Amino acid sequence: MSALLEVKNITKVFPRVRANDGVNLTVEEGEIHAILGENGAGKSTLMNIIYGLYKPDSGTLKFNGEILNLSGSHEAIEKGIGMVHQHFMLIPVLTVAENIVLGSEPKGISYNVKKANESIIEISKKYKLDIDPEAKVKDLTVGLQQRVEILKAFYRNAKLLILDEPTAMLTPQETEELFAIMKDLAKKGISIIFISHKLEEVMAISDKVTVMRRGKTVGTLNTKDTTEQELANLMVGREVVLRVEKTDYKPGNVVISVKDLSVVDMQGIVKVKNVSFDIHEGEIFGLAGIDGNGQFELIEAIMGLRPKKSGTVSMQGKDITNLTTRELYKQGISYIPQDRQIDGLVLDFSVAENLILREYNTPTYARNGVIQYKKVYENAKIKVQEFDIRPTDYMLKARGLSGGNQQKVILAREVGYNPKFLIAAQPTRGMDVGAIEYIHKRLLEMRDKGSAVLLVSLELEEIMSLSDRIGVIHNGEIMDILDGTTATREQIGMLMAGSRYDSNAREAK
Amino acid sequence: MKNAIKELYVPVLSVIIAIIIGSIIMIITGFNPITAYVSLFIGAFGSVNNIANTLANSVPLILTGLGVAISFRAGLFNIGAEGQYWIGAIVGVWIGYHFQGLPWYIHIPFALVAAMIAGGLWAGIIPGFAKAYTGAHEVITTMMMSYIAIYFSHFLLEFGPMMEKGSIPQSPKIQASAVIPFMVKNTQLSYGIFIALIAAAFVYWLMFKTTWGFEMRAVGLNQRASKYAGMNVPFNIVLSLGLSGMFAGLAGAVQMLGVQHRLYDSFTSGYGYTAIVVALLAKNNPIGVIFAAILFAALGTGSQLMQLNAQVPGQLADVITGLIIFFVAADKIIKLFREKFAKSSKEEASV
Repeated sequence: MSALLEVKNITKVFPRVRANDGVNLTVEEGEIHAILGENGAGKSTLMNIIYGLYKPDSGTLKFNGEILNLSGSHEAIEKGIGMVHQHFMLIPVLTVAENIVLGSEPKGISYNVKKANESIIEISKKYKLDIDPEAKVKDLTVGLQQRVEILKAFYRNAKLLILDEPTAMLTPQETEELFAIMKDLAKKGISIIFISHKLEEVMAISDKVTVMRRGKTVGTLNTKDTTEQELANLMVGREVVLRVEKTDYKPGNVVISVKDLSVVDMQGIVKVKNVSFDIHEGEIFGLAGIDGNGQFELIEAIMGLRPKKSGTVSMQGKDITNLTTRELYKQGISYIPQDRQIDGLVLDFSVAENLILREYNTPTYARNGVIQYKKVYENAKIKVQEFDIRPTDYMLKARGLSGGNQQKVILAREVGYNPKFLIAAQPTRGMDVGAIEYIHKRLLEMRDKGSAVLLVSLELEEIMSLSDRIGVIHNGEIMDILDGTTATREQIGMLMAGSRYDSNAREAK
Repeated sequence: MKNAIKELYVPVLSVIIAIIIGSIIMIITGFNPITAYVSLFIGAFGSVNNIANTLANSVPLILTGLGVAISFRAGLFNIGAEGQYWIGAIVGVWIGYHFQGLPWYIHIPFALVAAMIAGGLWAGIIPGFAKAYTGAHEVITTMMMSYIAIYFSHFLLEFGPMMEKGSIPQSPKIQASAVIPFMVKNTQLSYGIFIALIAAAFVYWLMFKTTWGFEMRAVGLNQRASKYAGMNVPFNIVLSLGLSGMFAGLAGAVQMLGVQHRLYDSFTSGYGYTAIVVALLAKNNPIGVIFAAILFAALGTGSQLMQLNAQVPGQLADVITGLIIFFVAADKIIKLFREKFAKSSKEEASV
């Protein structure tokens, strides 16, 4: 095998940040090479340099034995570098074929539909990427849309394929399929750069791993000679506790009880169908599901942010179905919303103000309608320390904090109330190993203190490692509720996809 | 303190750049910028009377500017301050001449409060509720309400119920008990300036120290997060538009009781529109509004002497006003300049 891509000593400096600092990377032909690193480690910068979107300040890029001096992604594509972005660049109303050939259509006076379709069928056969060229992209599943993106690269004769967090939007089954495709492509001599922050995926699929930290490549390892623990430590730069230790499950009384809850959206489409579950003191109830299956509508309805069509919610026996959001908070409910920048924080408020976003008008902070800023700052000082929010200047706007620290601000606000019931929606989305470890620890602490926790996450790994019981939601319905200690990935995956894994056994019950 | 300096950076730089470009225009068109600016300055601040007139002009701008700033802080574009000003003026004048025999300490507050309520309702009831419950855009509704207010005043004054006997389309003079007295003889400066200053301090306190202000600012910056934090978003929309209209209405009444003493038929006072610029330049800071209002008032009063002394057309003051607005609105351009400058000086340092 020979090196297809050689990155030598690449440095790229942005105002105030050395995004890439002497980066080295060698990718062999037919190799699946994982790039692992926390957010802000410089993975995306490096990929954008390889893909011609950024020019490096210094260093060289050698591809196929030729030194590249790219001045745009079109040149990278010409040389045989393809990239599938995390967010697909597809036009939903066009067909698969139209999307693939867009920009380099078969020549002729008008667009040659037949020729386009033929060439796509040919490529999809060659790479075993089955797809109907005449299907509209909007009708495809996320997994198939990704396949269209990959085909787009091969239509342009890619020899190197960069996949940026390709599994973020996929179900476990779709991930398996993608991995099978990747292995097959590697066998055919295609090199793949696989960007991820999920350790188990890197271990499962890659031949080599390059770990990045703070703009530097800190090491390249053979996957088979390393462990998840070693990679995590390299990524963070210290010993990391990967799997949080959980104390025994000792459920108490029912705290929250949802009965036959249905939610209809503005267009009258049913988003949540007759959902029922209980959550106990000292319990984490995980709600697993693929994005868009009603899990977020469900919690918004519980929180009074969305009208409920029918059903009831009660807390410790008291009916709280029709309370307003503010009244619900007063009952001792806390809520970590899924989008910290849109729902959780006022980005142009200071950290101190964000920490009291819910409590600014309570007697603790306000007297006769006047906010006691001295108390606000005292609170901020304590919370910044207790939750290790950085930078520690609480007068800074929340906008200036990293994602992890923004989430800590929300966590400090919500967990600080010692809630009886905590809803955590995607509490670690887009965060890196160190921050995830911290947040998981905090959630388990809440549980051990006797709170009831509803954890909604699209990361199966997260649900499985934290939950005492797991509810799986599909198309607005709870498919089943499983025991957190015995449930398997496959079981949950099948339920997430909408099929009851063992219908006979269920009926027998 | 450091933050305050940072906040001042863009407005001050905008004004300086506008002045520089203004002088380039003057040089090209054959005028002497130095004599022009000197006479502009003398016209605005050269004597006690000039200062008094500049301050007098700033009073309605401060009050309408505060109104607009409140709505901007709450994320709403109240473009209709002009109409709310007219409504306040109508109500203030009517109470001013209609009620007789009231002592001044009842008559003046009565007129001012009534004008504030009227202005507040004008902005809060229709535009506010329409925005909060149907999403109707406040730019359209406040603007339309503004036209209604202005044409309503024409109706009242042109042979309507508020027209004074005779053939001039104007209202009767207000009672002596409703007049806010002049501070400096032979100028237009009344004690209304104190109302404006107190109002600015009050708005600052309201927006930055109270729970109401906290909510309005939160809603203005991020409605979703405000809703998620349990705030009543529609209520805050109505409240902030209402408050915004209250100060524009107050501006109208203060101008009537303090300066004009009766309502004249006119197409526009201009204050409600300049208020938008005042708020923009002040970056919606109530204290900044005072200084921004004085600046624009000075451009207005000073331009007369500039025209007289330097023969520079008075419209040049409008050109400078326009340039200031341009650079404030396009503060990205200024930030770009600053970054370029910072970068090149850094590079030099590193060499």
